[in-house]
Amino acid sequence: MNLLTFDNVHFGYDRPVLQGITLEIRAGELVALLGTNGAGKSTLLQLGCGTLTPQRGAVLCADESLTQLSRRTAAQRIGLVTHASEVHFPLTALEYVLTGRFAHARAFGFDTEEDVETALQALRDTDAAQFAERRFNQLSSGERQRVVLARALAQQPQVLLLDEPTANADLAHQVALLILIQRLTRERGLGALVITHEINLAAEFADRVALLHQGSLLACGSPATVLTEDLLTKVFATALLVDRHPQSGKPRISWAVRKTSTT
Amino acid sequence: MTRTYLNQKYVVVTLAWLAVALVLMSFIALAVGPVSIPLTSIWAALQQWLTPDHQLDVRELILFSNRLPRIALALGVGASLALAGAAFQALLRNPLADPHILGISRGAAFGAILGIITAAQLPFAPSLTRAVCSFAGASLASALVYALGRREDDPARLVLAGVILSTFLSSLNVLMLSLVDDVRLRNITLWLLGDLSNALTESLLFIGAALLLGLLVLLTQARALNLMMIGAREAFTLGVETARTRWLVFAAASLLTGAAVAAGGAIGYVGLLTPHLIRLIAGADNRLVLPAAALGGALLTLVADTLARTVIAPRELPTGAITALLGAPLFIYLLLRRR
Repeated sequence: MNLLTFDNVHFGYDRPVLQGITLEIRAGELVALLGTNGAGKSTLLQLGCGTLTPQRGAVLCADESLTQLSRRTAAQRIGLVTHASEVHFPLTALEYVLTGRFAHARAFGFDTEEDVETALQALRDTDAAQFAERRFNQLSSGERQRVVLARALAQQPQVLLLDEPTANADLAHQVALLILIQRLTRERGLGALVITHEINLAAEFADRVALLHQGSLLACGSPATVLTEDLLTKVFATALLVDRHPQSGKPRISWAVRKTSTT
Repeated sequence: MTRTYLNQKYVVVTLAWLAVALVLMSFIALAVGPVSIPLTSIWAALQQWLTPDHQLDVRELILFSNRLPRIALALGVGASLALAGAAFQALLRNPLADPHILGISRGAAFGAILGIITAAQLPFAPSLTRAVCSFAGASLASALVYALGRREDDPARLVLAGVILSTFLSSLNVLMLSLVDDVRLRNITLWLLGDLSNALTESLLFIGAALLLGLLVLLTQARALNLMMIGAREAFTLGVETARTRWLVFAAASLLTGAAVAAGGAIGYVGLLTPHLIRLIAGADNRLVLPAAALGGALLTLVADTLARTVIAPRELPTGAITALLGAPLFIYLLLRRR
């Protein structure tokens, strides 16, 4: 079942950023979105959660156009994780995560025990329960990132859109985070679209890889079919070596030494 | 008291403490003044006041015609300003925003001065002129600052627009003041500094209605404001209809500011500092900050006004001078602490 569909989506500011993107996120699958800086990855995520609207084409949530949904309904279905913006007020991490319950709660009133338990479970899932009582703006950027992810989990969406969730995380938490997202897709049938520059993590954990190049979708498919030397060299304009991971057999990408540079 | 998230009990306890302090302070304010009246007499007088056909003696006249309305006005003005400040700060993600910084108080003053100058040509009773024109000025300034500073995720732009509008309106106010005669000039100047000595029934009714309406609207948006406080775009993805929330909060806060300025002039720092102090003590959740700021602002303004009419009694200081005297050093302290 398609949870989120980009249907021939065009978008641009003064010049086109995305052209004719068609991509669907299905229940239970993790899709990695790869591409160079400025390829339009973040713009695609903004379109996917409704903060931007396509100039041509449509974004469908299940079978309904995203623009037709109330923000509340949209938020019950789609969760976005981006870099945390600076918070100027003394909120605890738990209060921060509880804001994720907005779409499920009454607009007026207090958080229910269920809300609090969901928020705490989300913090435990992202290995951030120990920060619950700390001020959000006193956490390190890696710790904040886990709290932001916890807020999206507390939102209990069907689709998770993640913009470089591993950017500030240490190696252990990068792997833990992708294991968590993979588990959510397997166990709860979530669909996830993850922007990452950690190409080997994408190769290992993604069910499909979408390769965005100059505003168009160059390829989309299993890691083995998309993460090839030809395609990657074309996109990243630098010589890369692709072999197999000795344990998983998934593609493993490394830099080619300088003399083989083809750019 | 520490807490990790807001629960009902914490809200009730905090608000109850503030309410008790407010009642105590009101009795003190009734008692002190050029003529001091012991608390026991006040209690007796209050009971008699409620019996029909009771003739008021001099002390009771002071209590009920002078001090009580003035206390009510101080409470209403203080609550409105602090509530407006708390709402603007959360909406604009800026702990330093308040009706004064955004130029909305100056807009209200502009409307009022224009109203006083052209009073003869306006179709309202003179006492209503100030209220109606202040509110119109505040709304106009809000609309202007909103239009100029409107940008999804850039609170700095809005504050900058407010500062510029504020300076501009300030000069216009000075220009208009040079047109009025000396008696009116003194009245307007006193009022501009924040003056609660003139508690008319119309003002009390107007501020009471504005406070009730503003509080109700803002409380329905308290949860949404918790998200707006983190970021408008994030609030949008988390389910807040951000355009509607922004519009409602702006309208409610402008109403509160307009009513407060009309009734009590430009009393500074209450709107800026009260929400700060509340957040320092009780955290940042707007479901508590908004009602607590209203009570706290009422309390602070009442303390300032009581000082204003007692420190050099029988002469009086403008209440705004006291709030600025107390508020400015506190503000500087908070500013330095933020580093």
